[in-house]
Amino acid sequence: MATPVLRWCCPGRRWVFAGIGGVSRHGRGVPTGSTSSGKRGQSSVAQQPLITAQKPRKGEREWAAVVGLEIHAQIASNSKLFSGSQVDFAAPPNSLVSFFDASLPGTLPVLNRRCVEAAVMTGLALDCHINRRSLFDRKHYFYADLPAGYQITQQRLPIAVNGSLAYSVCVGKRRSQMVTRTARVKQIQLEQDSGKSLHDSLRSQTLIDLNRAGVGLLEVVLEPDMSCGEEAAAAVRELQLILQALGTSQANMAEGQLRVDANISVHNPGEPLGIRTEVKNLNSARFLAKAIDYEIQRQINELENGGKILNETRSFDYKLGCTVPMRDKEGKQDYRLMPEPNLPPLLLYDSGSLPPGTDPQQVINIDQLREQLPELPRVTREKLVQQYGMLPEHSFALLNEVGLLEFFQNVIKETRAEPKKVTSWVLNTFLGFLKQQNLAVSESPVTPSALAELLDLLDRKAISSSAAKQVTDVKKGNPRAINKLIGLVRRATLGRADPTVIKEVLERQLSS
Amino acid sequence: MWWRVGHEDHVGPDPPRSEWNCLLRAQGGREDSRSPCSRGRGVPRPACILVSAALKQGQVTPTELCQRCLSLIKKTKFLNAYITVSEEVALKQAEESEKRYKKGHSLGDLDGIPVAVKDNFSTAGIETTCASNMLKGYVPPYNATVVQKLLDQGALLMGKTNLDEFAMGSGSTDGIFGPVKNPWSYSKQYREKRKQKSHGKNEDSHWLITGGSSGGSAAAVSAFTCFAALGSDTGGSTRNPAAHCGVVGLKPSYGLVSRHGLIPLVNSMDVPGILTRCVDDAAIVLGILAGHDPKDSTTIQDPVKPFTLPSLTDMSKLCIGIPKEYLTPELSSEVQSLWSKAANLFESEGAKVIEVSLPHTSYSIVCYHVLCTSEVASNMARFDGLEYGHRCDIDVSTEAMYAATRREGFNDVVRGRILSGNFFLLKENYENYFVKAQKVRRLIARDFVNVFNSGVDVLLTPTTLSEAVPHTEFIREDNRTRSAQDDLFTQAVNMAGLPAVSVPMALSSQGLPIGLQFIGRAFCDQQLLTVAKWFEKQVQFPVIQLQELMDDCSSVFENEKLASVSLK
Repeated sequence: MATPVLRWCCPGRRWVFAGIGGVSRHGRGVPTGSTSSGKRGQSSVAQQPLITAQKPRKGEREWAAVVGLEIHAQIASNSKLFSGSQVDFAAPPNSLVSFFDASLPGTLPVLNRRCVEAAVMTGLALDCHINRRSLFDRKHYFYADLPAGYQITQQRLPIAVNGSLAYSVCVGKRRSQMVTRTARVKQIQLEQDSGKSLHDSLRSQTLIDLNRAGVGLLEVVLEPDMSCGEEAAAAVRELQLILQALGTSQANMAEGQLRVDANISVHNPGEPLGIRTEVKNLNSARFLAKAIDYEIQRQINELENGGKILNETRSFDYKLGCTVPMRDKEGKQDYRLMPEPNLPPLLLYDSGSLPPGTDPQQVINIDQLREQLPELPRVTREKLVQQYGMLPEHSFALLNEVGLLEFFQNVIKETRAEPKKVTSWVLNTFLGFLKQQNLAVSESPVTPSALAELLDLLDRKAISSSAAKQVTDVKKGNPRAINKLIGLVRRATLGRADPTVIKEVLERQLSS
Repeated sequence: MWWRVGHEDHVGPDPPRSEWNCLLRAQGGREDSRSPCSRGRGVPRPACILVSAALKQGQVTPTELCQRCLSLIKKTKFLNAYITVSEEVALKQAEESEKRYKKGHSLGDLDGIPVAVKDNFSTAGIETTCASNMLKGYVPPYNATVVQKLLDQGALLMGKTNLDEFAMGSGSTDGIFGPVKNPWSYSKQYREKRKQKSHGKNEDSHWLITGGSSGGSAAAVSAFTCFAALGSDTGGSTRNPAAHCGVVGLKPSYGLVSRHGLIPLVNSMDVPGILTRCVDDAAIVLGILAGHDPKDSTTIQDPVKPFTLPSLTDMSKLCIGIPKEYLTPELSSEVQSLWSKAANLFESEGAKVIEVSLPHTSYSIVCYHVLCTSEVASNMARFDGLEYGHRCDIDVSTEAMYAATRREGFNDVVRGRILSGNFFLLKENYENYFVKAQKVRRLIARDFVNVFNSGVDVLLTPTTLSEAVPHTEFIREDNRTRSAQDDLFTQAVNMAGLPAVSVPMALSSQGLPIGLQFIGRAFCDQQLLTVAKWFEKQVQFPVIQLQELMDDCSSVFENEKLASVSLK
């Protein structure tokens, strides 16, 4: 099947086939603001943003796409969910495997308190209802990296339910306007990670590493409230920031600490939802949106051509840029769920329900965890907007880069320059240089104090904005930029200063 | 041929009560002041306590005791009670125990006492097979908590005992190492009765089954090869062979004793069981094993204190319940008459005995079938040949390897249960089978709660339908039919998580042991054992007489000799 060429017709909203011309025939307004939470069915279908697709000579049909996500976040904990083995991404293969992790007969699960706390905190941060009593289930399937033949999870009565995740996407002609949308959180469940299989087709063998087997996961299930790759990616990004702020997961996608499965279907507006496919293992932010958009378009094409959508599991081929059916997931899987008999119900308490005289080590108090919640990204951004009169998108940009907000705040502390100026310098000049040099904020050669001093000079009009930019250039490792600065100094001293001395002084200053 | 014995006055031609009892007589009737029930002759003696006292006084050394048991194990090898005999381990443990005794630092009542462990408990460095090809050659790297607790007390591990494959069965006939033979098949008591009937033709082919699935442990205790043994009890697997082998079989409350390291059958019903020759010994072992285990989240949090059983004095405060549903047509008339005699005994001694109803009893078997097979299907999923255990030679694909490994590794019984269990767990069947069975389970458990709330302290029931049957007769029915029949009186207890103990009461007309079962309130194991102990004292169950058999092999098998030799 030929890969359809896609392009944006209307930002974030509509699909058309290439070659038809980017005319928006329906002119439907783009829904803005958050979608209402809690209701499904007719009303929410009507809320689904519309996607237009058209085939020449077949007349036009509207298509709405529906995307739901299952996000697996590895819990940041010292030990695994049910065993005392350490959790370490970089350890040598099979060096962190307890008897339980290898499913030795007779071993039993013992729940890790830290993982429960992480789930409760995440649930609270996503406005979930925390179940005072939750249960563990066994989900059965045979796979080489699943030693017990089942995964312990919380399908039926999970630890947290009915929450919401607010995220923002850019809309408008120049994609400069931020609007907030909401995806409902169906549930958050605690479950075990599997091990890793390495297939060596050359020697036709599979190698198993069980270091990851049994690591605690938070599965966050988002209702199908998203309608395109961009929305899904934005929702995942927001969740990532929340998890990182909470410290419940490092949520690093490259290291597999955050993995996404997407459930995707398309339908004609006003009609019931279509048959969905599941695209598994979207382990990179870059490919998440791509894979979803591809799959939406593939389904539209399929239906437009009179085909059918199969309820199947697909994976995204990064090289080809398309989704393909997963061969080992063919056939109907029946997970034969049953209650995990070795774990009693997980009971949580709040300050009101805490039985008197209980050992705080033996119980988890939800209210106590709520008090310990750190500031969430949404609040941080609102504060930035309020405090510094910053544009919302700038507040997003500041939070998007690890360490950038802290850098910004340190500069603000030390400079008399206007916050708007600081924002612009940090987001444009500073961040631009970092990106150019492929550096993280923590690797930056420019300290917040240096930038603050520079902005002070600029503020006092001691130096010009172009000179300041030259300074940052030198700092960024462009030695030739110093020549321009020497020129500036010579001009300022009316040619009386010795260029060699100027260079020495400048170098001393800049390297400090 | 039930006989009732007076309390303190039983002297005479009846066989001695226990080998340590007669041991004392041989020593001149010395009373042990530490014994909680040392009121005169003819009273069953707590074997472990007495041996323990003998060890402390240096009358016998742990090594002598260990060698004695090892030699008995060899002599009774044909019983097939042991899968693995850990001779070297036991002798080394005995040596260390001996050092402790010499220094006067014994670890407690079990120091230097030979014990055996069913081969479905993990033992570090000792093969643990579950009597299955799947685990043949599997050597666990860790000890089950209960095994560790026994070792920490200085007990000597004589070996691993035989069972039905993965404890699935009620005969101890369905393991890869062959069936366990009931020591009573070779007892003087049984042989004499048989001679009267069938004039001694084809004697050995009529050997009896032990019951199961902890038949190896029951036989090991019954044949004096150890003083206590661990069994497991999921539907009666400890109590059933205890009844058939004439020993005490205790199934503690679910959650009182750790399951960590017990290779599971049904996690929500499995309990490590205790087999001993008297109730006091069972109490001693329970006192050591009971308590919270951080490795088993289903164990109780409250600390358990070691206890010694008091003697029941005021019978008028005791209320015994007789569940009318347990009077089934299949019950042999002999067991039935012993059951009513036992009830009369309690009543005549001042206890209140009332008929009670457990209306959902009849659903127990079918309900158990669904829950058991479902958990089996799940628990057995780990045996795929990858990390441990049997692996087939086929390497076409991972799936083909799984299939062949599991086909070769499991017997028909295990495979059959896996298939049924997976059927019940299918999405389309789950509500109709598993969920319904869980609901019925709750009703069964509630039956017991209602009865206990009505003022009943302990229930008195048969343990088995009849005495042990010959192997030839037993295998006429398949495993499933047999299990369903044989678990009739024991299984509901596991559904409800209650403590229960089978106490041998008397010999049948064939000269074979018959046991009765006491069922207690959840976590009232001590109260249950106190009643059981009183009963044990009243009925004076005879000691198995293996002289005839032993004479064939060696004179040391004769009980009195064994006893006196041990103490010299």
